[in-house]
Amino acid sequence: MRRNGPLALIFHTIFVIIMLAPILVVCLVAFTPEGYLSLPTNGFSLRWFRAIANYPEFIHAFWVSLGLGALSSLVALLFAVPAALAIARYRFRGRDALAALFLSPLMIPHVVLGIAFLRFFTSAGLGGSFAALIIAHVIIVFPFALRLTLAAATGMDRTVEMAAVSLGAGGWTLFRRVTLPLILPGVISGWALAFIQSFDDLTMTVFLAAPGTETLPVRMFLYIQDNIDPLVTSVSACVIAITMSALILLDRFYGLDRVLAGKGDTGR
Amino acid sequence: MSGVAEERGARAPWALTAPALMLFVGVLLIPLAMTVMLSFHDWGQYKGIEPVFILKNWYEIAADPYYAEMFWRTFRIAILTTLLTALLGAPEAYILNRMSGRWKSFFLLVILGPLLISVVARTLGWALLFGGNNGLVNKLLMSLGVMRSPIPFMFTETGMVVALAHVMMPFMVLSVWAALQRLDPQIENAAMSLGAGPVTIIRRIIMPQIMPGVLSGAIIVFSLSASAFATPAIIGGRRLKVAATLAYDEFLNTLNWPLGAAVATLLLFALVLIVVGSNALIERRYAEVFR
Repeated sequence: MRRNGPLALIFHTIFVIIMLAPILVVCLVAFTPEGYLSLPTNGFSLRWFRAIANYPEFIHAFWVSLGLGALSSLVALLFAVPAALAIARYRFRGRDALAALFLSPLMIPHVVLGIAFLRFFTSAGLGGSFAALIIAHVIIVFPFALRLTLAAATGMDRTVEMAAVSLGAGGWTLFRRVTLPLILPGVISGWALAFIQSFDDLTMTVFLAAPGTETLPVRMFLYIQDNIDPLVTSVSACVIAITMSALILLDRFYGLDRVLAGKGDTGR
Repeated sequence: MSGVAEERGARAPWALTAPALMLFVGVLLIPLAMTVMLSFHDWGQYKGIEPVFILKNWYEIAADPYYAEMFWRTFRIAILTTLLTALLGAPEAYILNRMSGRWKSFFLLVILGPLLISVVARTLGWALLFGGNNGLVNKLLMSLGVMRSPIPFMFTETGMVVALAHVMMPFMVLSVWAALQRLDPQIENAAMSLGAGPVTIIRRIIMPQIMPGVLSGAIIVFSLSASAFATPAIIGGRRLKVAATLAYDEFLNTLNWPLGAAVATLLLFALVLIVVGSNALIERRYAEVFR
């Protein structure tokens, strides 16, 4: 394998700096001791992190986001695990069409989904409710939950299952004691990736959230619309920290390269 | 045994997928169908939404040049974003692929990781760097006396393209990187042994082979950019509207839902046509790669 020349390495360095600069700037400005947007040149301060406490809307939105992400990812898995087992193990008519349908939320613009759900839940009398948010998020995180569970179920060694069957295990016992433990890394990673997607979604949620059910990205977006001050950077820094924790969890259980490499080929 | 297995085999997959299928029909297909229907309804300031079947909204979009201009802006931004990500992302993927193991996986994580970080936070970063007189880069350059007035970034199409390209870049790198994995490194050595220079190798050996990766990355970036909301809304504000931000305004500010639904439906069908069409073209052109 030939090495990269100096020109290539210069390009690479500039590329990486540009990719990281906006994220680093947000995290750095969050530590500013000043009352306005500036880099913390006169020492670091947690002042703007403490300021979040005086802004209950952000705290409330954080809990909404956390609950929404955890619950909708869990519900998505309840639907996705059986579907993944069926798609991984059986060759049946309509299998490809079903798989395409289950992955379709990746391809439908989130603004269109937001509008469709707003219309649907408003006419169902659920407009602005937390239940509506859960159902909508289940749909958008479903492809991520399905994809990782599917990968685990496809790669699973089925002889262990057969051994269990020969020893008299069947039905629910077989699933709970043998199949589920074997696909668990995929299921947990599916949950984590689904959680991140739900936790970060703005485009669809901004249509559905009402005061009281605003998620953190929605609250941040509405706040930025009015003014940009260091408060929103400290909130962003917290969001980045939470996403990073979920990423580390993903990396531990599954390997981040596998998760991300699977993201590109969405069947488009 | 075979009889039982076949019978189970015929019913089991449907039993297992039935809950998810019902969920998708109930809360995805029906709401989408309702949105298409909504675009044919009437709306008035005082009467609200009237469930009739008329072409008023579609006629308004076709007749008012405002919408043509807005859609043209949306697709122009998406095309420029796609070009920018391809021009920078493809070489970067190539350089990444030539790094040694540990550095390769480290930088791959550095570049792909932002994919999972909040779009609001990433766009906010650009606003902090270039946002008017308070933008950090602007302040620095102005205090150094390099320029008198801030770089126009906020509320400009250039700003939207740059910030969007940053948000979408991981998709392009990922796609080209995947194409590079299929490439046999020996071909490069073979070309070199036959006397080809670096430029010739890149132009005649590498480029043709990663082109499918660049194109499939381009489709992803284009369709995500054309329907992006957060970045255009934060950088473009209320002045520079694209399809997604216009639909948002119609729904949550003007409250003209049928018109907003028509804009969204048009965006959805335009994107489906473009994506499916270019996918078919690419697969026909590069049939041998997708064997």
